[in-house]
Amino acid sequence: MTFISRRDLLKRAAAVGALRLGSGQAAIPADALGAPESPAVRTAVQTFKREPLETLTASEMDVLEAIVARLIPTDANGPGATEARAAHYIDRALGGALAASRPAYSAGLVALDRYARESRGAAFAALSPADRDAVLTDIEKGAGTGFTGSSVAFFTMVLNHTHQGTFGDPSYGGNANFVGWDLIGYPGVRTMVSPTDQKSLESKAMKPNHKSAYEYDFNKDTERGRGPASIKNDH
Amino acid sequence: MTTKLKDTDVVIVGLGAAGGVAALPLAQAGIEVVGLEAGTWLTRRDFAPDELRNNYRGWPQGIQKANQEIPTSRANAASATAPRGAIHPMQNAVGGTTLHYWAQSWRLNPWDFKVVSETKRRYGASRIPPGSTVEDWPFGLDELEPYYDRVEYEVGVSGQAGNVNGKIDPRGNPFEGARTRAYPMPPLRSTEFLDKMTTAARSLGWNPFPGPAAVNSRAYQNRSACMYHGFCNRGGCHVDAKNSTAVTTIPRAQATRRLKIVTRAHVTTIEVDGNGQVTGVNYLADGVEYFQPAKVVLLASYTYENVRMLLLSKSKAFAKGLANNRGQVGRHYFSHHMGAGVSALFPWNTNAWYGLPAQGVAVDNWADDNFDHGGLDFIGGGNLWVYSDRRPIGAAGMNTFGRAPNWGSAWKTFIKENADRSNSAYIQKSTLPYEDNYLDLDPQVKDPLGYAVCRVTAEYKENERKLSAFTQDKMEQWYRAAGAIAIQRAPLGGAMGVSTHAYGGTRMGDNPDTNVVNRWGFAHEAPNLGVLGASVMGTSGAHNPTLTVQALAWRTAEHLVKNWRNIGRT
Repeated sequence: MTFISRRDLLKRAAAVGALRLGSGQAAIPADALGAPESPAVRTAVQTFKREPLETLTASEMDVLEAIVARLIPTDANGPGATEARAAHYIDRALGGALAASRPAYSAGLVALDRYARESRGAAFAALSPADRDAVLTDIEKGAGTGFTGSSVAFFTMVLNHTHQGTFGDPSYGGNANFVGWDLIGYPGVRTMVSPTDQKSLESKAMKPNHKSAYEYDFNKDTERGRGPASIKNDH
Repeated sequence: MTTKLKDTDVVIVGLGAAGGVAALPLAQAGIEVVGLEAGTWLTRRDFAPDELRNNYRGWPQGIQKANQEIPTSRANAASATAPRGAIHPMQNAVGGTTLHYWAQSWRLNPWDFKVVSETKRRYGASRIPPGSTVEDWPFGLDELEPYYDRVEYEVGVSGQAGNVNGKIDPRGNPFEGARTRAYPMPPLRSTEFLDKMTTAARSLGWNPFPGPAAVNSRAYQNRSACMYHGFCNRGGCHVDAKNSTAVTTIPRAQATRRLKIVTRAHVTTIEVDGNGQVTGVNYLADGVEYFQPAKVVLLASYTYENVRMLLLSKSKAFAKGLANNRGQVGRHYFSHHMGAGVSALFPWNTNAWYGLPAQGVAVDNWADDNFDHGGLDFIGGGNLWVYSDRRPIGAAGMNTFGRAPNWGSAWKTFIKENADRSNSAYIQKSTLPYEDNYLDLDPQVKDPLGYAVCRVTAEYKENERKLSAFTQDKMEQWYRAAGAIAIQRAPLGGAMGVSTHAYGGTRMGDNPDTNVVNRWGFAHEAPNLGVLGASVMGTSGAHNPTLTVQALAWRTAEHLVKNWRNIGRT
């Protein structure tokens, strides 16, 4: 094997509790990643001092990471949106499927940070957790000022995308190490669930399998369904 | 500019639930059919168990033709147009939305065909809600029964019969109209939670039964049984166990070599000659314009697009749009009232992660006219439907029943305990057409080709709202009997908006002054134009429309085969 998946990398990082990614945070210490599987892997891993931001600026990412860390906090109930890398999911998705929301993030993140300074005297990421929650509560209730339109729309959008980045399939860059699925007890993607499996779930015996949709090779299956002759387009 | 193609017997516009079924009896009878489909073939390789893609990104609708034509909507003529949705509810593909639909395959109840006459007979004419334009269907359930039966077997439906030739089977729906034989497959499996709901319904004296599904409960027609992987809700099937027309009737029609399928064909208008007969359709494919001449045109897109296509197809014979000289195209529109749901929180897990929305337990005691409305102030009723279906992002977004905020540590504690402990019922209710609910062309919004999109002007009325409150009471009663510790009810219903269950607009009936198509599905004003889909339905009943749409499509196609010389353009 000459390739190490991002997920495997993160599993190792999470395993030693050293995962802090994103701007303004320490990069993953190379020694936290465990022994690489080959020299090629070691090179690749050591090259990544920090991850690329695909759409957001470093300053925007600071604010977004601070927001998601309060929406689904890391606490006594275990990892939260930070460990799930929900902000990374959002950054990546804003360059693709969520591109229509990019302007709303630009405007909203600036407005939220400005509101934090005006109402609580410091940048959002610099506030105490209690003050951050107070700011977010204002935004959620529509009391935050300086937003284009209502702050509620911005809050709802970020919360929804944080859910996607925490509980969505890990192949999209969030739900790292399946922390979101473990939080809510989802036992993982299966392509076949027999009556015995269902009974095992009902008797609480089913263990999480920690599998993404894209770890199954049914995606390669071409033998059934519509054959090539049908797919020909003919006017 | 336009390339005129070789003449064909029949051109079908749209190969989804309706067109995909109608193609089969036509092709089997030796009629040459061209099927024009705006989408492409999708194979089971396209159907990953991926909630983000299926349920949050609307793949692949977001990039499709339909998505450029999302209808606009408003509650009534005096209200502002609502913000337009991001995703069209229907999908362009060979097989259409049957690829990813929920696959509940219900027959209508006998009452649904005779709402006017039965209401008058039982309660008096004053009980027809004011402003409603509802009519009896031109035939009863008995006329449609052989076609329901045919489609259930051709497509494959799993279920438990409740009434075979008048003999009631208590395991099934005792209120269903008589069927000539049982379903081809037994119902989908139950779960511990569904068993609890079944027991609770019986404790109330109700008659619970497993709902019918166009999903294989066992291997059928050399296709797999359902694998219960939990991504059936807006997702295609990875093992072809969901009986989309793309894996059932369409391949069989192709095998006759009488069905030619053209994908990525964007039909723009239907052409008409000086005598008012349709002559074929215009379509665009990969930037090239084509005219496909045909002896008969079967319009089989979705309700909104059926109406839009007719209104856009103006000619000397039809200045207000095809088959619209009496102004009936777009009238008698309604969308199924499926809102006003009820959510329940239980003190135990429901273990719903690996289920599908067609796997559930139904109660029809409060549907349609299955109960006495003598002391009530509405007509119709709702089908109570509890199903086993959950995925992680949806679970995280659950109602917190006022017991926790929606974020933060307190929410996290709540969701950790309760993510699998809720259930929601959406309750389909018999919904009526009204004088001031209609579809037309939006005066402002156009698609990228410059054609106006469809505009929905419709809202639920007093009858639907009273019925909603009544069925919410019943649903709450059922959930409580099963042990629910908290209940939340959704609002009773206002603007109809854009729906996956959209009816009317080209209603079927004998009277050409109030109906667009005749009892066989052919336009009163343009007899070689057939219309397929729920746009011909004049009532909804309390159950999903697709099986009825498919039975009607088969019946229209069979009528065409039997009357080819009379209907086909000469």
